Amino acid sequence: MPEWLYSDTVKDHFTNPRNVLMEDESTYPHDARGLTGNLICGDQMLMLLRIKDDIITDVRWKTYGCASAIASTSVLSETIKGMNIKDAYTIKPEDLVEKMGGLPANKIHCSVLGDKALRKAIDDYLAKTGRPGLFKEASTVICTCLGITDKDLENAYLKGARSWEDFQAATKIGTGCGKGECKTKALELLHEYAHIYGEKQA
Amino acid sequence: MEKRRIYVDYNATTPLNSEVKAGMIEDFEIYGNASSMHSSGRHAHARLEEARKAVGDLIGAPAKTVIFTSGGSESNNTVFQALRRVASDSSGKPLKGRTEIITTAIEHPCVLNSAAYLKSLGFTVYFLPVDQYGKVKIDEYRKVLSERTLLVSVMMANNEIGTIQDIREIAELAKAAGAWMHTDAVQAAGKIPVNVDDLKVDYLTMSGHKIYGPKGIGALYVRSGAPLFPLIHGGHQEDGFRAGTYNNIGILGYGKAAELAKKNLEAYGRDIRVLRNQLRDGLLAKVPNITINGHPTDVLPNTLNVSFPGAEGESILLGLDLNGIEASTGSACASGSLEPSHVLMAVGVGPELAHGSIRFSLGWGVTKEDIEYIIDTVPPIIARFRAMSTVSSVPTVPSVQS
Repeated sequence: MPEWLYSDTVKDHFTNPRNVLMEDESTYPHDARGLTGNLICGDQMLMLLRIKDDIITDVRWKTYGCASAIASTSVLSETIKGMNIKDAYTIKPEDLVEKMGGLPANKIHCSVLGDKALRKAIDDYLAKTGRPGLFKEASTVICTCLGITDKDLENAYLKGARSWEDFQAATKIGTGCGKGECKTKALELLHEYAHIYGEKQA
Repeated sequence: MEKRRIYVDYNATTPLNSEVKAGMIEDFEIYGNASSMHSSGRHAHARLEEARKAVGDLIGAPAKTVIFTSGGSESNNTVFQALRRVASDSSGKPLKGRTEIITTAIEHPCVLNSAAYLKSLGFTVYFLPVDQYGKVKIDEYRKVLSERTLLVSVMMANNEIGTIQDIREIAELAKAAGAWMHTDAVQAAGKIPVNVDDLKVDYLTMSGHKIYGPKGIGALYVRSGAPLFPLIHGGHQEDGFRAGTYNNIGILGYGKAAELAKKNLEAYGRDIRVLRNQLRDGLLAKVPNITINGHPTDVLPNTLNVSFPGAEGESILLGLDLNGIEASTGSACASGSLEPSHVLMAVGVGPELAHGSIRFSLGWGVTKEDIEYIIDTVPPIIARFRAMSTVSSVPTVPSVQS
């Protein structure tokens, strides 16, 4: 009988999470703060960064989340120490999942909160240092015909899009070549956004 | 403290009773097809009918009113499909007259989805709300009950919070309106007294693996004269109402489990309730800021559902598992869905609390020492997850963060 539901790495980071803040966030002076997730969906993530010369020198995080969310954020927190904020901004959930030895498909969405909070914290830092939008190009193109990015879809979600048809109405995604090859990825993102922001956001 | 392995998920399923298991091993020698006329077949059939009587005895029903099925889901589907056939045309669309179904918001998915299917055919379905303890709101029930009501289906005891419904009152109202009355008693039969005549129900659903019997076997009580049509067409088994070669071993095991459940019913109610209350009181004393879900008195003797604000359900569940405690959660994340438990939402617990809820369901085999171990083990787990939680650190948590 397997001893544990997920990989040994997930178990290790779940039972001994690195860089987690067990006290109130006021005990950890920081340069950047990112909070994302939605308690209605059962996950919320807070990322606090110390940054010097655009290098992340230290990190603490807190979460209301499941084992996968805890483990993936723990792995993320180790990964970004000493990293340039631009490199940190482009970390993908897939990279973290690989480092964790994989996750079941229905748990992948739990691993995205950490990097969302991280990006939010970096955006917070950029805003504070007068450089908002610096990493806008870091978004990923989902619809290659029309150049629709994940950021475009996220914005559409935040404005009320809740289906493929809503995405199409808001962004014209998938109306170029007509093959709809971007549909699968877009629907995965829809699921992810629902998890992060909640169904009631409109 | 020595680590233990404690199973407290008996509402999900129970282990086979050792006496049931021993009997089933012997019963493997009974290979005759119970539908055959020869000696081996007649022997298998006779044993099968003894089991039918034992299952009927558990709910005060004559053996001839008990039909064996593959389990609770099949029994519930059979009722809905039988009444659909009574009240619809050949394409499934409802005929004029009785076209409405009343059930509740906290039923098992096999009832909710059966009702939803009939709704898709054109039937009107009311999903009754429940109060904060999980009791059906009788006033709301009276409002929708009418001469158009075809079927009322209300579970006797809820699997997640353990609340026991006032089935007799609900059934009397249904009968007065001329509707058929069904109760899903999968969690109730064998845990609390169940008698079909006292309850005045026309249909009652049961399952073997919830009472220390085997999995894959259940039963449906059908009052004489109530409509019934086969869900599975084929041979003449079960008077033509449920085709398929008899699951001899499963049925005999179920019969033995039902016999033992009836014999031990009083002791179960007394002994398991003591343990459940010990766990409830211990957790209330040792873990700050928790909520007990379900009715304070009309509740299954073995079920305790607890919300732990600030700690997420799957994390708690896995934290408990690493310490040897096997429970269940209403958290969406544990099921891969985004939606928290529909039962906890229906009783008004709210998504934030529902995501941090744990169901402890006790049974034979759980000891006083096990309960003490759980009471000692839970507080540090909850304290740890609360300490690392955003809920306690963020002064005002917006419900949606953009």
